[in-house]
Amino acid sequence: MKKLILLFIVIYFPLISAQSKEDCLICHDDPDFKAKIGAKTVSLYVSSKTFSSSVHGTLDCVDCHTNIDAENIPHRKEYTRVNCGSCHDDIQKLYVECLHGKAKAKGDPLAPLCQDCHGNHDILPVKDHNSAVAPMKIPFLCGSCHREGTPVQLQRHIPQDKILENYTESIHGEGLLVKGLTVSATCVSCHSAHRILPHTDPRSTISRENIAKTCSVCHSEIETVHRKVIRGELWEKQAHVLPACVDCHQPHEIRKVYYDFGMADKDCLECHDNPKLVSSKNGRSLFVDYNEIKNSRHSNTACSQCHSEVNVSKHRACETITHKVDCSSCHEEVGLEYSKSTHGSLVVKNDPNGPTCKECHGTHGVLGKLNPESPTFATNIPDLCAKCHREGEKAAVRYTGTEKDIISHYTESIHGKGLLKSGLTVTATCTACHTAHRELPHTNPESSINPANIASTCGKCHHGIEEQFVVSVHSPLITKTDKKLPVCNDCHSAHTIRRADSEGFKLEIMSQCGRCHEKIAETYFDTYHGKVSQLGYTKTAKCYDCHGSHDILSVNDPKSRLSRENVVETCKKCHPSANRQFAGYLTHATHHDPVKYPILFWVFWGMTGLLVGTFFIAGMHTILWFPRSLEWRRKLKKIHDAENNADDTKSDSNKNENNKDKE
Amino acid sequence: MSLKGKYIIRFTRLNRVLHVLMIISFLILSLTGMSLKFSYTGWAKVLSKFFGGFESAGYWHRFAASIMIIVFVTHLVDLIRLRKKEFGSWKALLIGKNSMIFNKKDWNDFKNSLKWFIGKGSRPEYGRWTYWEKFDYFAVFWGMFVIGSTGMTLWFPEFFTNFIPGWMINVATIIHSDEALLATGFIFTIHFFNTHLRPEKFPMDIVIFSGRVQLDEFKLDKSKEYDEMVEKGELEKHLVEQYPPIVLKGMKIFGWTALTIGFSIVIWIIYAMIFAYR
Repeated sequence: MKKLILLFIVIYFPLISAQSKEDCLICHDDPDFKAKIGAKTVSLYVSSKTFSSSVHGTLDCVDCHTNIDAENIPHRKEYTRVNCGSCHDDIQKLYVECLHGKAKAKGDPLAPLCQDCHGNHDILPVKDHNSAVAPMKIPFLCGSCHREGTPVQLQRHIPQDKILENYTESIHGEGLLVKGLTVSATCVSCHSAHRILPHTDPRSTISRENIAKTCSVCHSEIETVHRKVIRGELWEKQAHVLPACVDCHQPHEIRKVYYDFGMADKDCLECHDNPKLVSSKNGRSLFVDYNEIKNSRHSNTACSQCHSEVNVSKHRACETITHKVDCSSCHEEVGLEYSKSTHGSLVVKNDPNGPTCKECHGTHGVLGKLNPESPTFATNIPDLCAKCHREGEKAAVRYTGTEKDIISHYTESIHGKGLLKSGLTVTATCTACHTAHRELPHTNPESSINPANIASTCGKCHHGIEEQFVVSVHSPLITKTDKKLPVCNDCHSAHTIRRADSEGFKLEIMSQCGRCHEKIAETYFDTYHGKVSQLGYTKTAKCYDCHGSHDILSVNDPKSRLSRENVVETCKKCHPSANRQFAGYLTHATHHDPVKYPILFWVFWGMTGLLVGTFFIAGMHTILWFPRSLEWRRKLKKIHDAENNADDTKSDSNKNENNKDKE
Repeated sequence: MSLKGKYIIRFTRLNRVLHVLMIISFLILSLTGMSLKFSYTGWAKVLSKFFGGFESAGYWHRFAASIMIIVFVTHLVDLIRLRKKEFGSWKALLIGKNSMIFNKKDWNDFKNSLKWFIGKGSRPEYGRWTYWEKFDYFAVFWGMFVIGSTGMTLWFPEFFTNFIPGWMINVATIIHSDEALLATGFIFTIHFFNTHLRPEKFPMDIVIFSGRVQLDEFKLDKSKEYDEMVEKGELEKHLVEQYPPIVLKGMKIFGWTALTIGFSIVIWIIYAMIFAYR
């Protein structure tokens, strides 16, 4: 019997040892299935679902995990890796030659293995978008090691830097990642997937000899459409100095603006370098100072990028140009904004006064707005805008609004002084409020200076004030009214903004409030505070000292400075020993209102009655007295004269007597 | 003895000094006060600047008010002194012949004056103090009480509101301001006319500065008083020499300055009331 059992085992052993996938998954399909290998606890879980949907789903576990001792646990004495090459031997060969493979052979712990890129049990077909090596994922897959700051980039010799960043911004990166073109070149398109070699290796896809071939996999017809940048003769005579694609289109930075310009520009300069070159149509100079371009913001832009429509097959490539330079072909967003602005719409109407890009930015010498030499640098903006908007200039002549002497007022304003006197480039310039490219009249609801938008325009810098203002009684969010609510410029003006602590501002603000609050301002001027303010005394209580300025609340609001809880404190700001009864002073009282202030009204008329009565009685007395008094004067004079005459003889004799005494 | 060129004392030195101080303080109070009352006019702003701005004008106002209070108190103290020295009793001071208090004679003088004005009688023989002089005198008492008390309330509102409600400050403002208008208006028109501009004194009577009246003028003006003095034989006692011309000139300059300021204020007030009132 024992022999029979032994025989059975011997016959069926191969069947038992040829483990099926199901057998393995009995144990390994459990997410909590773990083993302690050395000091580490390792999960031995394999999801049957993930695995069966992978590209290897039809295979058995033991097809890859060879040398498994199914009977014993652990299944093998020594840990060995899956060898993908047993099936993918062609790729294995490439990998061995590759930089990655060589690193692995050297035992480099950073060397990537098959599964580092492709995964393990979850390998999906390359065509599948979820695959780890789908085109969209490649830059990030490679980037996981070849990114700034990774151990590979820091510790291994990689000749390029910022690879991932540069690629992302390159035309290929943009095509792939922004436009979603999966045919756009990824890392592996140029470097190949499995035989990545240094560009110095002649076999490399990116070696000088092979790069053209690599690029033309996609750019297949490039020779026919690509401009021959070197004079034809060089192509024949010195084939070895011909530039490779990467000489112009730097690797990872491939983009129309990145390659070394200037070669095609030389063709243009053949003619335009001549200072005497003039237009045959109108005689204007067509001379181009090339240095100006090289020092400009557009130093990396070729002539033909702006002066498009050139035809390279013509000797005068520019003769096919029919349109003026259109900056919006690159500066698209700005161009769109501009086209909606007052400036842009004038230009669309062919109005000769309409400023185009070059009126503000210049032409070949265009500089960035951060360059102090630029006309669009903060401190130069007022002068720039003044070219048209100064009194008497073309824009000021057309303007029909209420603002006068805009430029000179701005210059004297707090913003103008901050910018031009203190040199604070963060100060509000024309464009800070009106925007640079989307300036519109205030009547336009989209305008930055439309009353509805003013608070947020000013709030760009004065954010803290805006926060207070939007919850104040003047904010349309708080007060629902069909009357006009004030915004910043109603009190501060537009171009003559002054410091709020300047004397003039303090005194004027009361008439500003009074434009809307007519009655209450008038009665304020009847009280002590109002009267002394009219004498130019700025320390007295002005509207905002009691009501607040940007944070004005309704007096019925308990949070108001004038609510019952707060009013005494508000008075105390100036009257330190103010009390509850003191706060009962009528700050807007008038003696002209018998209904609201009957006591004041009758006291005033009582006093006036006393005054009129006294003057009437005393005045009548005086008037009646006058003629009698005249009479009396004559009488007095007569008596005087009579006495003087009578005395004259006496005094004469007196004098004589005196003289005698002296003698 | 010849009485020609002789002068009779009418005002004591103290009274004259007090009146000068009164003039100075009253003018400062009027100028600074009116600049505030009519602050909406151009002249008020100029005036306020002249006093060094509103704040400084306020100090001038309170300084002058203090001077005036001192003058007033000094006068009250002097009255007590006079009671002992000259009148002997309160009765004599209050209802005696030379009292400042209105009496029956004043009422008769007033009636007779009116009759004289309309040509139905002769000029009454006025006593030591005429009824209009007494009126002026008590006007100061009334003014000190009304303007002074409201002025103090406005000077220390935080203190006074411990006892009175806040709106009383508004009332005090109206009373202070209108009573001041009455006072300045009265002094600079009626008082000026009665003492300086009425034809017999025109253009100016400096007796309040010199304290001396020419005897013959006194004789005619206050005949009753003169007669009484002669009767009692006291005339000689009151006679004095006039001040030297240079002193008189100084007094005249001061008088003219005060008159000019006073008239200017009246003109400014009339201008403000007619052309800029609100």
